[in-house]
Amino acid sequence: MGFIWFWIVAVMLTAYVVLDGFDLGVGILHPLLSRTEHDRQIMFRSIGPVWDGNEVWLLAGGGTLYFAFPALYASAFSGFYLALMIVLWLIILRGASIELRMHIDDRLWRSFFDSLFFLSSLLLAVFFGAALANVIRGVPLRADGYFFLPLWSNWRVGPEPGILDWYTVIGGMVALVALAIHGALYLAVKTEGELQARARAFVRRIWVVLIAITVVSLIATIAVRSDTLTNYYSYPVAFVIPAAVLASLGGMFYFCRRDADRKAFTSSCVYLVSMMVGAAVSQYPRLLSSSSYLGHDLTVQNSISGPYTLRVGLVWWTVGMVLAIIYFAVIYRMFRGKVTLDGGGYGH
Amino acid sequence: MDALILHRLHFAFTVTYHYLFPQLTMGLALLIVVLKTVALVRHNERYNEAARFWAKIFAINFLIGVVTGIPMEFQFGTNWAQFARITGGVIGQPLAMEGVFSFFLESAFLGLFLFGEKRLSPWAHWGSALLVFVGSWISGFFIIVTNAWMQHPVAYSVLPNGSFEITSFWGLLMNPWALIQYSHNMSGAVITGAFVMCSVGAFYLLENRFTEHARISVRVGVIAGAIACVIQIFPTGDMHGRYLAKHQPASIAAMEGLFSSQAGAPMVLMGQPDEATQSIDNPIVINDLLSFLIYGTTRAEVRGLDQFPRDQWPSPLPLLFYAYHIMAGLGTYFAALMLLEVFLLWRGKLFETRWALWPLLLSFPLPYIANTAGWMTAEIGRQPWLVYGLIRTSDGYSKNVSPGNTLFTLLGFMGMYTVLSILFVILVYRTVGEGPSTGDRPHGTKVTPLTVA
Repeated sequence: MGFIWFWIVAVMLTAYVVLDGFDLGVGILHPLLSRTEHDRQIMFRSIGPVWDGNEVWLLAGGGTLYFAFPALYASAFSGFYLALMIVLWLIILRGASIELRMHIDDRLWRSFFDSLFFLSSLLLAVFFGAALANVIRGVPLRADGYFFLPLWSNWRVGPEPGILDWYTVIGGMVALVALAIHGALYLAVKTEGELQARARAFVRRIWVVLIAITVVSLIATIAVRSDTLTNYYSYPVAFVIPAAVLASLGGMFYFCRRDADRKAFTSSCVYLVSMMVGAAVSQYPRLLSSSSYLGHDLTVQNSISGPYTLRVGLVWWTVGMVLAIIYFAVIYRMFRGKVTLDGGGYGH
Repeated sequence: MDALILHRLHFAFTVTYHYLFPQLTMGLALLIVVLKTVALVRHNERYNEAARFWAKIFAINFLIGVVTGIPMEFQFGTNWAQFARITGGVIGQPLAMEGVFSFFLESAFLGLFLFGEKRLSPWAHWGSALLVFVGSWISGFFIIVTNAWMQHPVAYSVLPNGSFEITSFWGLLMNPWALIQYSHNMSGAVITGAFVMCSVGAFYLLENRFTEHARISVRVGVIAGAIACVIQIFPTGDMHGRYLAKHQPASIAAMEGLFSSQAGAPMVLMGQPDEATQSIDNPIVINDLLSFLIYGTTRAEVRGLDQFPRDQWPSPLPLLFYAYHIMAGLGTYFAALMLLEVFLLWRGKLFETRWALWPLLLSFPLPYIANTAGWMTAEIGRQPWLVYGLIRTSDGYSKNVSPGNTLFTLLGFMGMYTVLSILFVILVYRTVGEGPSTGDRPHGTKVTPLTVA
């Protein structure tokens, strides 16, 4: 049961990264790729009907985490208190900027929300990357299962780290670059003309940075957590995941050069999925590791809910997911194709 | 400052602010479905225009509700970690179900409802409005199930490690407390929706603008409001009171300001409770009424606060007393007003009776106050328990989060929500000023086409 729920939560969070990832990416690129109000509106419209649903994966994933592993939820959410609150504020500002911008046709009003959209998207990407890196690095868990981390301490990876240190900042940078490229490839699929050309050109220029930072992060991870590869050695078949990371990086570049936007975007999805799954494989069965190796790890076994709760949960979760996938299929079908500004589309 | 107080204030502030929006979302969602149904069944395009106008307000309101709702789910972990840790197996269930069954539904169909009218057939568009309504009401249900378990824990067992697990899935979802609380809460949300609709309608009527549109808003608002106001008092309010008296006797004694047990207990209509002297200052009372309302007979004995040890009194007690009296007083006013308005509507005089339109225009803030006061009654009444009789509030908060950090984020939320309030007021003010986008517009502006630079 623990194995199943570990992967259920991992899959939901991965779905969040892949789906909300591209609309965060569009936010990061918003000032970079747009030249005119027309471009800016096209960019907003490309994510307009779907961003809210994408974000629900985080909420539903968080709720499922709470339900399946309450001890982890309690420990991590209180321990990362400040970072989480900042993430909440950014989510609030970002939601407001996307939905309120179009209501008033005024340059100041709109440029205010443009900046807010850019900044909140950028910081969220960095925080999410750093959050994942914190989970991998571990936190100073006490015997009672709690900890508290300041936003930063001395920027070193030690027994008393901060939420931000050199390692987690690398994690944040990986997320920033990866989601920017993810967003650019999404825009290449959804737009035409100059905006599309700029999105493609962005990927071709930045692609090499993603390769470099991905490799750096993998090496850093092995340096910071000596037990990163334990599960991989036990199940060598798992090495297919890092191979998929490399292949998808290649695919992004190859397809982007040939203007095969859908395939390039798919490669980017594969990249994000492999990075997430790769991290999950190395974590299992640890949920949150102790940075001091004192054996206070929160694991699947010591954090999980009761057996009846989980059995019932499996039933409603399956029903709910089937429904959710149907909704997503309907919405993405409804708003498929290139985004335009004339009637019938998403606009205010 | 005391860590416990700060964590309580943190949740109280964020949840109070948050619930200003979902109550309108849930109420308006129902009323928009009513408007769209009438439009379809009677082939009346006017009702569709009204639905489109209210959808604009709905969209702004919905957004603020969504973004202020996200912190609520997270605060169980951030600020109430010890509580989350041991009860996650129970209340994690409805909270996760809310995400899986409601948020996906709402987020998918809200987009279709708001922006898909041209792409969808009239019935499909009606369907998307219906699904948004269903999604928002399901969401409310799961939250009430969560709260009801804290008010009246059922269907649970305690595991060896001290945490709780449910013993019956349907027992949790069909908690009788939840069903009573849900019906009371939802009719409260409809009252907010109805009063807001009436207020804007009355505003246009008094200003003599968009009168045809305004009549639809007032008609639908007054009828829905009258029905909801009656349901709010009887049966839901009445049932809630009796159930409360049975299962949380200390709460009802504190709400009513009944310090000592007595047969033929009076109902205090107004007064100021004094905990030190255990009496009510300047009381205005109706003798025997409390006994009658709870037990159906004027001679029944009602247990007062003297029956309970001091450390089981809800606190802050005066605030509980006032919250309850404000809720009940306003609820009575709502029913009286709406029944009067519905009478005038039936006589065909409402739209011309200016003195009757004025209270409709001015009363829209009151349901917000009443709903907030109602929730304060429920939540303060539950004190000093986090889960009634099982977990004390003082044992539930995150001990690893310092008061300094809690105050920092509380102030942060206050600042953030001030900004949201300003944006909300600007946008709603503009939307009401512009009015519905077609029809009898005397001097309105055309909806601005998208500017292409």
